[in-house]
Amino acid sequence: MTPIQVLFLISSALVLVGALMVVTRRNLVHAAFYLVLTLFGVAVLFVLLDAGFLAAVQVVVYIGAIAILLIIGVMVTRNVTGAEVKTVNKNFWLAIVIALMVFSSIFLALNQWSQFNAPPAAASTEVLADTVINLGVAFVDANQFFIPFIVVSILLLGALIGAIVIAWPRKASEE
Amino acid sequence: MDSDPFDLVNIIAEWLRNLLLSWNLSADLIDVILTFIGAAVVATMVFMVFIFQIWFERKAAARFQDRIGPNRVGPWGLFQPIADALKMITKEDTMPRNADKVIYNLAPILAVFSVLMMWAVIPFTKNWIGTDLNIGVLYIAAAGSFGILAILMAGWSSNNKYSLLGAFRGVAQLISYEIPLFLSLLVPVFLARSMGVNDIVKAQDGMWFILFVPLAFVIYLISSLAEVGRSPFDLLEAESEIVAGYHVEYSGMKFGLFQAGEWLHAFTFGALAAILFFGGWQGPFVDQYPSLGLVYFLAKTMIFYFITIWSRLTFPRVRIDQIMSLNWKFLVPLSLLMLMGIPIVDYFFKASPWRWAALLAFNLVLGLLALEYARRGVKRGRRPRVKFEPRPVAVPPKDDEAAA
Amino acid sequence: MLDNWLFVGLLVFVAAGLPALPIIIARIVAPRKPSPQKLETYECGMETVGDTWVQFKMQYYIYALVFLIFDVEIIFLYPWAVAFDKLPLLGVVAGVIFIFLLGDGLLYAWQKGTLEWR
Repeated sequence: MTPIQVLFLISSALVLVGALMVVTRRNLVHAAFYLVLTLFGVAVLFVLLDAGFLAAVQVVVYIGAIAILLIIGVMVTRNVTGAEVKTVNKNFWLAIVIALMVFSSIFLALNQWSQFNAPPAAASTEVLADTVINLGVAFVDANQFFIPFIVVSILLLGALIGAIVIAWPRKASEE
Repeated sequence: MDSDPFDLVNIIAEWLRNLLLSWNLSADLIDVILTFIGAAVVATMVFMVFIFQIWFERKAAARFQDRIGPNRVGPWGLFQPIADALKMITKEDTMPRNADKVIYNLAPILAVFSVLMMWAVIPFTKNWIGTDLNIGVLYIAAAGSFGILAILMAGWSSNNKYSLLGAFRGVAQLISYEIPLFLSLLVPVFLARSMGVNDIVKAQDGMWFILFVPLAFVIYLISSLAEVGRSPFDLLEAESEIVAGYHVEYSGMKFGLFQAGEWLHAFTFGALAAILFFGGWQGPFVDQYPSLGLVYFLAKTMIFYFITIWSRLTFPRVRIDQIMSLNWKFLVPLSLLMLMGIPIVDYFFKASPWRWAALLAFNLVLGLLALEYARRGVKRGRRPRVKFEPRPVAVPPKDDEAAA
Repeated sequence: MLDNWLFVGLLVFVAAGLPALPIIIARIVAPRKPSPQKLETYECGMETVGDTWVQFKMQYYIYALVFLIFDVEIIFLYPWAVAFDKLPLLGVVAGVIFIFLLGDGLLYAWQKGTLEWR
């Protein structure tokens, strides 16, 4: 087993264990911190796929902003000394059966793909540092991702305005 | 690599590599071992900087305050940090009753972890760098995010509402100032057309970026002071305020680690200022003797670190709402305007030899406009001075005044 | 290029282990005499009053939210800045419009008064 495969297994285990902990922990703040662990595992996976930029983006945006937003939300709206919630409801076993069925169907479908069991191609040693530059060019190239780029900025603007409209109390009910 | 007699790091690395080869280890394993030794050396040296910082801060603070500072323990008090470290290690480690044990213990480790990770991409000289990632600057930003998490963990797990309040305030300040920080970090990236830190230093061959974009440097300076939590943005750890804030329940070595994380963070941002705006290891004769870059780099870093100490000991504290409005109403719009203007100016002057003059002119104009705007804002916000008639204090007011 | 990250990966272990070392040493060396007073939470030397609960302040959430939006924007700007030399004028203008739209959002938040610290 190549070292890369070992690393892949370790980081996938990190992601899966973290995700499992997030959904099963009773204490919400603990769950939020396990989410950080999961996101870090995903960043490691990005590094293994030679996407260093995306790994850094993952840490900066997901761990540095989204996770903090979640944690602040949880901490501010709950009693600090252990917010206990129920983690399962009565459909627990049905959900497990369905999840296993979906997973096995995905696995079987992917098995039909010839590349699934092929060993990974040796990473080309040409200058992969150009990927970030290619990404930058692709963002504003009229033939590539120009429209999505502008749409993203409008989307972010909409998200900002929407969040403020929802979260900010109306003047009347403020005091 | 030209033969450089002072290139200690590579000389030792070659010797170690030959030694390990003679033990018949595979080449890959040797790479891993050497990289591990490199990582251990970098991390340990950075940690040792903290020892130096303890002495330097106390001496500098003393001199600023017209006294001598530690001078008993060793010549010039140089062994004082050892005494401090011994004191911290032998202090009892109290933990509040309902504290969350795992998170409580993890927080100080995470705080130092975040700073140590930043040093992987900082170039000491042209050839001595942990690893020259092509996304260096973004990696540094990512490493900083863990420090914010550490503060939240510390504040929450202490089971103390003042600790939690302090942590929230601290995090609010930190994340707010991350925006002008990232935007001002974007400017050297833009000028060098690369996120790799060593690339940015190499691009300053001849002319340091401070001469191109002084406004970006000023914004970086202010936001990095606020990011680290140094005065005048001292609110997070003000002893007279929320009683030491988020690390009130920590004692002994864990508190020492928080201290280490914060001071090392200040040192790291000083190093970044030197690298991104002042040429890092660039200096005279650095082509013939690349190792001379280490001296230049350390000198520049020490100058900026001294500036942070200077600022801490000189300025009074800024209120939290003033901190926030400074950020959101001044620094962020200013950086956005700067980032809209610099690309446009640079596009037209890309190939011309007047590039630096055009960028400098734009920066100065924008900076002066910003100062003017700030001056007007301060004037507007200032309350009109009320003239009080002198009146005896212990006399109750007259009836008509009481009715008003 | 992956071996560039090897240093980072190893540094993760070193950077996690190095701060743990003084804590372990302290655990061996330092005295441990827990007493009821020492285990109490600190409130300026007084007894704690009420539950450990923080006043719900919308402001923290708003700041985190606005930070998130701008963080994502900055992430998009980094590749754009790195690839600047290869961009036509349209690309430059697209980036400037991107920044402008988000500055517009900031202006909205400012005018609505959400950026005040209450």
